[in-house]
Amino acid sequence: MSTVKESSPDPELAGTGAYTWTGKSRQWFLRHLPPEKLLPEDQPSYVASWAYVFGMGAVAGLIFIIGSGVVLSLNGPQWYHVSSLGHFTNSVHLWSVELFFMFMVVHLWIKFWMAAWRGGRLLTWITGMLAFLVSIVTAFTGYLLQTNFDSQWIAFEAKDALNAVGIGAWFNVANLGQIFMWHIMLLPLAVGAVVALHVVLVRAHGVVPPLDAAATDAQLRDSTAGAQDPEAKPS
Amino acid sequence: MTKVPSTMSWRTGDNIASRPWRGRVRDYDLFKELTIGVVVVGLLVLGLSAIFSSPDDPGVTLKSWAAAAPADFVATATAELGGSSGTAGYGPPYNSTPDASQHLGFFNPQELSGVRLAIDTANDFVINPLKTQSTQLPAVAVWTAATADQQAKWAANYSAALAAAPDGDPAQVAKGSYGPVPELAGALLGMARSGNLDGVLQNSGQPYNLNYTPTILFLGDGSYFPSLAAAAHLTGDQWGVMNETGNTPGQSWLWLFSLFYQIEPFKSSPNADILVVSTMLVLSLLLTLLPFIPGLRSLPRKIPIHRLIWKDYYGQR
Amino acid sequence: MHELLAQAPLPVTPGTYFGWGPVMIQSGNLVVILTMLALFILALILPFPGGRSRK
Ligand code: HEM
Repeated sequence: MSTVKESSPDPELAGTGAYTWTGKSRQWFLRHLPPEKLLPEDQPSYVASWAYVFGMGAVAGLIFIIGSGVVLSLNGPQWYHVSSLGHFTNSVHLWSVELFFMFMVVHLWIKFWMAAWRGGRLLTWITGMLAFLVSIVTAFTGYLLQTNFDSQWIAFEAKDALNAVGIGAWFNVANLGQIFMWHIMLLPLAVGAVVALHVVLVRAHGVVPPLDAAATDAQLRDSTAGAQDPEAKPS
Repeated sequence: MTKVPSTMSWRTGDNIASRPWRGRVRDYDLFKELTIGVVVVGLLVLGLSAIFSSPDDPGVTLKSWAAAAPADFVATATAELGGSSGTAGYGPPYNSTPDASQHLGFFNPQELSGVRLAIDTANDFVINPLKTQSTQLPAVAVWTAATADQQAKWAANYSAALAAAPDGDPAQVAKGSYGPVPELAGALLGMARSGNLDGVLQNSGQPYNLNYTPTILFLGDGSYFPSLAAAAHLTGDQWGVMNETGNTPGQSWLWLFSLFYQIEPFKSSPNADILVVSTMLVLSLLLTLLPFIPGLRSLPRKIPIHRLIWKDYYGQR
Repeated sequence: MHELLAQAPLPVTPGTYFGWGPVMIQSGNLVVILTMLALFILALILPFPGGRSRK
């Protein structure tokens, strides 16, 4: 325990039992994503701008998309044509999608101008872009699932682009059964997984510092000048 | 001390962006922020839904088409018989019309994918549906007994005659050598009017079927369905993919995809679809891999919007 | 579904469009795009209500 040499990499000494795959994985996770990083109670001083709210806005939008989508799923695709509650649920689904995309796009613009891929945050950027692209396909299948004039027309119109690149036979926009599965199952799982990975990566790396932040800045000097051991700082 | 401009690279290195932050911090409550976000977005969503609702224009059926535009229906049925409709000459994945597919140079994924959703318009859209009726039309037997050449000739003659008739009205077509075609097209119109054709075409003889491909293709071969779409501003040359019916916002994030269809060299290219899709794939890939691209990844430094984003921080340096 | 759709002459609702030559934009899409630009600009210029700063 405390008599053991500090932060020894030797698992035998640390007594963590990290011989097993399980133990090694746990150590890996704890090293990269300790609980206080995953669920932080403070943020660097520069995290003070409305620019930071859009990621969370997109998460909130996604929550409402999934919630209203679950209600629509429980009732089947015809329900919303004949029930006023159904129609309202459909409206909620549509408007949360619009808001989700608006927040996501503004978020993308802002992360670009922050150059938020700096300092090893490459995968955060890439998973963000993947979330954007997969969301576009998901929304597209949603439009195909409206079972009304709009979906009929979109199916007719969109088949050409898909056929031209040779995937129209497997991703057949006029095959409602197929599009149904993509929209309510495969693609939401993909969006959920990508967004979860994205958010976890953001937490693991910490928020990217300002472009012109320098070691000589007051906000950095304050804390590093006095305290010789930066690790001693409470986090 | 001279300030070294921080690197725009994604790599982890010996710089502030790569190290855990050791400077000043501020209080932050992740769960509280999430809760506030959910409440605010929830109110927005409920408000927008209550005020603006969502569009739901009823779909077109073969029945509603036959009732609203019988002449167009008959002309389309004739084109399906004669193999001159859009679907009949589409190429893969529906059939193997020579030179119908789009390609990028010699790369032709449409041809490579093969005929996987085989559709023979004369039989699938006209003859087989007519055969499901309880009284067998003699015209069907005449048609099936004729040679392909003869069939094509009859249908072409009738198509031309319909086009020449006032309003395309089948009742006012001049006499000519049309074989059984007028009778077949007329009988199909009757089936469509009664609503039978919708069921027959859609279920393909199965009790359960969720595949609407034949119906959608047949509808699209006419001019009634596309003209409704054009009236609602939904066709490709009207930026249609990003539009929703009415004034409800649609897929505005497809704006660039839509834009390409409006401009050269895409607009007039016979390979427009594959060109636009490939261009979009390349651009998406570039944006995804932007942190690797010198020049582009330095834009945030050259156009210093970051000074606004972090104005509080910079203000206290 | 067909029974539901079978009746009624089709009211396909055309929207309001704004156009400049080949550029045509539907009012709803225009509002969405303008709102995104507004959100972007506001996020940059509005002061952020500061949380307590601590070391
Ligand atoms: C499904 C859509 C998305 C969701 C739910 C989402 C969510 C989030 C959240 C909650 C954060 C942390 C808070 C913040 O800085 O706003 C974040 C950060 C980030 N996002 Fe996204 N995001 C999405 C899409 C994107 C896209 C399209 C990009 C850009 C290609 C992107 C790039 C980033 C980057 C680079 C960070 C790290 C920011 C930093 O270190 O300052 N995200 N995202």
